[in-house]
Amino acid sequence: MPQWTLACKTTDIDAEDLIRFDHGGATYAIYHSPDGKFYATAGRCTHEDVHLSDGLVMDYVIECPKHNGQFDYRTGEAKRAPVCINLKTYPVKVEGGQVFIEV
Amino acid sequence: MTHRNYDLLGEDGRRAVETGLATAEWYHSDVPRAVMKDLMKRSDAPAIRDTVIFYGAMILFAGLGIWLWPSWWSAPFWLAYGVLYGSGSDSRWHECGHGTAFKTGWMNDLVFEIASFMIMRNSSTWRWSHARHHTDTYIVGRDPEIAVMRPTQMFKILLAFVGVLDVWAYFKGTIYNAVYGPTEAEKTFIPASGWAKVTYVARISLAIYAATILLAVWMGSILPLMVIGLPRIYGSWHMVLTGLFQHGGLADNVLDHRLNSRTVYINPISRFIYWNMNYHIEHHMFPMVPYHALPRLHEVIKADLPAPTPSMWAAYKEIWPAWIRQMRDEDYFIKRALPATARPYREDLHTAALGAAE
Repeated sequence: MPQWTLACKTTDIDAEDLIRFDHGGATYAIYHSPDGKFYATAGRCTHEDVHLSDGLVMDYVIECPKHNGQFDYRTGEAKRAPVCINLKTYPVKVEGGQVFIEV
Repeated sequence: MTHRNYDLLGEDGRRAVETGLATAEWYHSDVPRAVMKDLMKRSDAPAIRDTVIFYGAMILFAGLGIWLWPSWWSAPFWLAYGVLYGSGSDSRWHECGHGTAFKTGWMNDLVFEIASFMIMRNSSTWRWSHARHHTDTYIVGRDPEIAVMRPTQMFKILLAFVGVLDVWAYFKGTIYNAVYGPTEAEKTFIPASGWAKVTYVARISLAIYAATILLAVWMGSILPLMVIGLPRIYGSWHMVLTGLFQHGGLADNVLDHRLNSRTVYINPISRFIYWNMNYHIEHHMFPMVPYHALPRLHEVIKADLPAPTPSMWAAYKEIWPAWIRQMRDEDYFIKRALPATARPYREDLHTAALGAAE
């Protein structure tokens, strides 16, 4: 059963940036968008086994640090080769300055 | 001595996958996140400026070459045009393929397609081959972009300066791609979703060359080919000169770019043509950093890298004897000293895999 899990504080992530969050043997990426919203995706690129947390957030796009493949982190959509497979996304809620993801 | 099999469908590639040498974790120098974010920041302005200068200079030189044709006074302008066409397009292809030159996606894509045509690379195939080059840099049997294979074949290196072998391989491959699609070897790094584009690009490229040749026949002059096609032969020397020192004589089958790549200080004109790819360790370690920020990245991490090679001359002084030795000893490579400030080479990352492979 999916459950809400505390990932970080809202202040842990700069605007237009992301951090890594490991939980239950899996790894995730938590994003803080330029308009102040928070999003969560699987942590590793679907192209190769590289963590996205070293990547670059530009508006609503995360660019993989290894091959510059891009995803829309709001939807997980693969936007630029060499990524072809969409990224899994997870529901996020913010309560009391804390970011929870449903995993 | 280990005999290397560079075939992408061969034994070395299969072993690299089995032992974990392929798609492995690589060493990275430490860079604080805030600094790296600043270095990775994208901007259209530097690339627009450089692209206007680049294509503006090409139009000027070609115009003067055509105006003075067929006089020998046109030769210097063709030489200048040729270097931009046959060498400068390599770095434009490279940077725009990474998507880092411009901030705006379509600008990267447009320059990438034009530069790919000029440098005679199928834009679809080479986008994927370069991704593999970054995944498995100089891993034998995995990296499709190993420029000098061992044992060294000197005649191939010398012929590369006039692009003859590249051009032959390009047309052979392009005709195959136009008729049959990607080769079996190309299918090892191009996903099925990209195969149709390989064929499409090959057919468009052949159509442009056919039209150029027909125009040349109709005019009874090679002038159209001096503008399109031939510069890949008479102007490719600078690309080869700068390209071969990227990895020349250094280690293969390692997982630390400080062991298999080289940073070389070069003159400003060459840096413009090469778009700062002389900072090659930096580029491989952090491919998201745009070309215009590589000198800054170099300053940030140079204490963790072997001392940069001070000139192209110094680079070839080091590489040439290594190539000679690699003609008879495939296992030989140059291992450069690290400064006291650097973390040791991460040979542990690949030792286990290599040991199992040998």
